[in-house]
Amino acid sequence: MKTNENPYIPYYATVEDTWFETGGERAIKTFKVVFDDEEVRKNWNHRPGQCAMIGILGVGESMISISCSPTEGDFLRFSVMRMGKVTQALHQLEAGDKMTVRGPYGNSFPLEEWEGKHVITIGGGIGQAPMRPVVEYVKANYQKYDGLTMIYGARTSGDLCFKGEFEAMAQNEDLSCHLTIDIEEEQWDHNVGFVPQVLLDVKPSPDNTIAVTCGPPIMIRFVLENLKKLGFEDDQIYTTLENRMKCGIGKCGRCNAGNMYVCKDGPVFNYAALKEIPEAFS
Amino acid sequence: MSAMLLNKEKWPDFVEKLAGKTIWAPQGEEAEMRFAPVTEGEAPALEYGNTRVPPKQAVFPQTETMFRFQLGGEELEIPKLEEEAVLLGVRPCDARSMAIVDNLFSWDENDPYYFKHRELLTLVGLTCTEPGLNCFCTSVGGGPASKEGLDLLMTDLGDQYLLEAITEKGEALLKAAGEVLEDAGDEQIKEKERLTEEAAANIKRNVNPDGIPEGLPGLWEDPLWQRVSASCLGCGTCTYLCPTCHCFDIQDEVEGFSARRCRTWDSCMFNEYTMHTSGHNPRPSRRERTRNRINHKYSYYVDKFDVIACVGCGRCINLCPVNIDIVDILRQVKEAL
Repeated sequence: MKTNENPYIPYYATVEDTWFETGGERAIKTFKVVFDDEEVRKNWNHRPGQCAMIGILGVGESMISISCSPTEGDFLRFSVMRMGKVTQALHQLEAGDKMTVRGPYGNSFPLEEWEGKHVITIGGGIGQAPMRPVVEYVKANYQKYDGLTMIYGARTSGDLCFKGEFEAMAQNEDLSCHLTIDIEEEQWDHNVGFVPQVLLDVKPSPDNTIAVTCGPPIMIRFVLENLKKLGFEDDQIYTTLENRMKCGIGKCGRCNAGNMYVCKDGPVFNYAALKEIPEAFS
Repeated sequence: MSAMLLNKEKWPDFVEKLAGKTIWAPQGEEAEMRFAPVTEGEAPALEYGNTRVPPKQAVFPQTETMFRFQLGGEELEIPKLEEEAVLLGVRPCDARSMAIVDNLFSWDENDPYYFKHRELLTLVGLTCTEPGLNCFCTSVGGGPASKEGLDLLMTDLGDQYLLEAITEKGEALLKAAGEVLEDAGDEQIKEKERLTEEAAANIKRNVNPDGIPEGLPGLWEDPLWQRVSASCLGCGTCTYLCPTCHCFDIQDEVEGFSARRCRTWDSCMFNEYTMHTSGHNPRPSRRERTRNRINHKYSYYVDKFDVIACVGCGRCINLCPVNIDIVDILRQVKEAL
């Protein structure tokens, strides 16, 4: 099916693999999906930071971060927290089942602009989902960047996503990976403490560095504060926002933060621009 | 573009010439007047102030099927929109609202449903000779005989209507009417101008929007937002019945195995509009929602599309159950600047 004429018509994609990142009532499940139509697969071209509307016919759609980098292959990954009607239904999907996908939507992290610089990602909880494509992209093109630092935290070790990938990262000399949990646990040999504090402890130099952050609003607020303490200028800091969305193409009206539509003008914002938007941190 | 005269006695003949097109005209009791398709032989009622429901429903229906499908199936059936329609007796403010909303629905990519309706629609306007109590179109770039968005403008000159073509579509309509019409002269055009000036002079409400688009964001924490939203019930009437309000929700409706995805009007004055699934709401109270409504119309839309998203039709003032008055809000904004 071709949908170029009608942006509301989704593509079909089949779940190739799926696994739980975390457990509990608000579990996070990752879906690796492949478009059914070969042409769609070939023409699909997303960039780190973009989102897609994924859904199930008869239930609805949700805007979800694309949590893989295009450098990883001709598939998409979504890490979905079980929260409401649509995400509940998505969690029922197993390998071989179909979901609908439309997009990609929004702007992206200006990774070409960052070439030659050191990149530091600071994520919290499910906020690591949009950070992951940045990490993967820089890893795939590491000769173009001056290294990568990743700081990632969650409430408990069970709440961390993408755990399996971190060990491999720790063995790569160009990467520095700092994990943290809020509360002390047995057999946890990484940091304990909130993400903003770990950021201060890691003490990255602002020289020739770009900082990217995503997580709960309270975390973002303190991360921004601490980045300023470390000497980062506003335009060295990027974050990505989310709001309720229905259309993804700037028509349905609801995702605006001030005069910016998160679905089109965002979700990625430079902090220098973002701090002028009064509603950005509401 | 030509100007013609239609003798009111020949009205049924004129309507007959529109055969093949669905004719929408104002219908219903005054309190609940709306545009609806006219049944054959029925004369459209054009003696009215303004419809309660704006004609936006002809291009942006309150509920629109985006596609139908069977649960478990993969076939998506997109409704074919192919019925040509004529909207008769549209007030210039309402026609202008469509020209304004076109900007949003064509922003980077066209909304296929909206523009298909637009393409199939001919807008025949009706000059306002008796403005309503809360009309303020002249404050926001409109006027009693504004042509923006219209294909044809009719003016009631007593025994006859003056018909002025504005676009090719309007011209085609005049051509189709043929011998039913007579040529108009300078005299009738002058009479129309006189009526328009008189009507404009009778618009009693006004506010000068200069400085508002640039100034509004600076009033973010001003106490005026608390003041002007204190009595709001959050009923959403101001936005549902606003001709420029275009926000929508998308929902799946399932009956047995048959289902459809549809979009419906939504309102930024509702709590659920922005509420995240987590329960967090970036606009938690009516203060924030009212602030967004005014900012969206008078500042954000101007930033994006260089035009105020308000045509001064007065509906939100007339129909607010607690008398919240946008002209009054704008005056308070001006004072606070």
